[in-house]
Amino acid sequence: MSETRRITYREAIREALREAMQRDERVFLMGEDVGAYGGAYACSKGLLEEFGEERIRDAPLSESGFTGAGIGAALNGMRPIVEIMTINFALLALDQLVNNAATLRHMSGGQFTVPLVVRMSTGAGRQLAAQHSHSLEGWFAHVPGLKVVAPATTADARGMLWTALEDPNPVIIMEHAMLYNERGEVPAEGDVAVDIDRAAVRRPGTDATIIAFSSNVAKALAAAETLAGEGIEAEVIDLRTLRPIDDETIMTSVAKTHRAVVVDEAWKTAGFSAEIVARINEQAFYQLDAPVARVCGVEVPVPYPHHLEQAAIPQPEQIVAAVKGALRR
Amino acid sequence: MTEVGKEEARAFLHQMIRIRRFEEKCAELYSAQKIRGFMHLYIGEEAVASGVMPALRDNDAVVATYREHGHALARGLPMNEVMAEMYGKAVGSSGGRGGSMHIFSAERRFYGGNAIVAGGLPIAVGLALADKMQNRDRVTCCFFGEGAAAEGEFHESMNLAALWKLPVLFVCENNSYAMGTALARSESNTSILAHAEVFGMVGEAVDGMDVEAVNAAAKTAIASVRSGEGPRFIEAKTYRFRAHSMFDPDLYRTKAEIEEWKEKGPVLRYRQTVLDDGRLTEADIDAIESDVAAEIAAAVDFAEAAGWEPAEHLTRHIYAARGGAA
Repeated sequence: MSETRRITYREAIREALREAMQRDERVFLMGEDVGAYGGAYACSKGLLEEFGEERIRDAPLSESGFTGAGIGAALNGMRPIVEIMTINFALLALDQLVNNAATLRHMSGGQFTVPLVVRMSTGAGRQLAAQHSHSLEGWFAHVPGLKVVAPATTADARGMLWTALEDPNPVIIMEHAMLYNERGEVPAEGDVAVDIDRAAVRRPGTDATIIAFSSNVAKALAAAETLAGEGIEAEVIDLRTLRPIDDETIMTSVAKTHRAVVVDEAWKTAGFSAEIVARINEQAFYQLDAPVARVCGVEVPVPYPHHLEQAAIPQPEQIVAAVKGALRR
Repeated sequence: MTEVGKEEARAFLHQMIRIRRFEEKCAELYSAQKIRGFMHLYIGEEAVASGVMPALRDNDAVVATYREHGHALARGLPMNEVMAEMYGKAVGSSGGRGGSMHIFSAERRFYGGNAIVAGGLPIAVGLALADKMQNRDRVTCCFFGEGAAAEGEFHESMNLAALWKLPVLFVCENNSYAMGTALARSESNTSILAHAEVFGMVGEAVDGMDVEAVNAAAKTAIASVRSGEGPRFIEAKTYRFRAHSMFDPDLYRTKAEIEEWKEKGPVLRYRQTVLDDGRLTEADIDAIESDVAAEIAAAVDFAEAAGWEPAEHLTRHIYAARGGAA
């Protein structure tokens, strides 16, 4: 094994940004407060001084405008990274992402491609209430023409950016706000790029499959640890990429465990979790020994007080209960 | 006196007649159900695209709207392919995937064909941003209607372009109606130019029914943009003679108003001007008409004869393969 180092998810993103800027002069970062402020979540701190204001480009509060500008620049030979402060603000850029980034290749009969990377923070946990805390990843994953990735680990936060930049299609990187301070292992040196095609089995197990992504992977692993203490071996899958979905890894696991629990911070109704459940039903129904269960966000806009916010999103004990329910224990 | 010589005048008139007759044929083909979906005709507005395009270079970029047949033709997309796109045939400009509203050409740097009002403006800003960052001597020209001025993306784009001094020319084709809503019923300030000037942008309002005036304004504006002075804005006052789309019963304006504008029509007026001042003769114009008729007949034949894309190809052109982007 090569050597590793422990850094935070935020530092991993910053390193990835710096490396991308150094490797390819066509890369630039554009978004609200990415420069002088250093990034709302400090991901780009110090980069303005290193790369200058042309390439670490502070944009006015114009999500649609600068996201569209990113599309135009991508069409014209650049490799822009657009940072949108939170997924709730990205709703202001939905027109550009859905009507342009996702469609231009198709509408032009394959003549134009949009090699754009968009990064945004998502999710609850920082007591930021109902306009900064939602998990709308599924909205973007719904759209053909977009790719959506959600790094759950520091290594993925470090490695996914370069892979996304090398992809000729628009790739959206969903960064959960609660992960920025988390520490994890990254390769000490060499090529840190990772694939963005496959889900990962983060913990092998035989009794049930827990399918999660983003911050819920850690909660699923915590639940699996508790379950192991009770003699239940849960397998934990980190989806990593929400579009395209890696069906194979999911179905291989379900064929082994015969039970599945899907964890998603988003609401159940018409949510991303429903898609995973439907795919398991379509592709592995006869492997199941129990209905696929879901642990999801409660159907409420995310509230401000800590206890209510935590009550609104999945917790490890709920995952434990769901796995036990599937096992009738 | 005009500085526009005989050959340039012939080219202007030829382009406008070409667009006019092409679209008249499209209307016919629409009635015959050869062309389906939404189709928005440019008839009456031909002087704008015909005046602006010759002021651009081949390596400049163009962003247009869903009323873009004229822009595509004036930009030099082959008429055969544009007509085939109207039919939805695989040999169309966009492989048949776009239709009337989404005509594209990488070769002519024609970035569509955008059917979200104001949706093309941020893209034009980004195209120009890339050129500026790469120190390329290129201009992006972005066409849109006056209805776009009510959209947030218009104001965001004006600000970004002016703030970052980008090499982009915005051309507002003000035909007075956003679908069926008259400008005065949708804007507190009916000068679209004034909206751009708020951002410190230099602009000019021109008679969009006068191809030479449009061309002169475009040349001046593009020279300024090219010299690095930042974006420019042209508001071309024009009028569409036909309804908004083929579905529009045209109940929101009077016949008298339409007739009044038709008398100022760009083809009618320019034809008379060049005959009066002797730059062209009736025989010259007859030759243009017969050239255009032959080109259109050939385009219809081409589109009719072309094959459909096999349905098995349905999911093509959604994702590019890795290593596939330029």
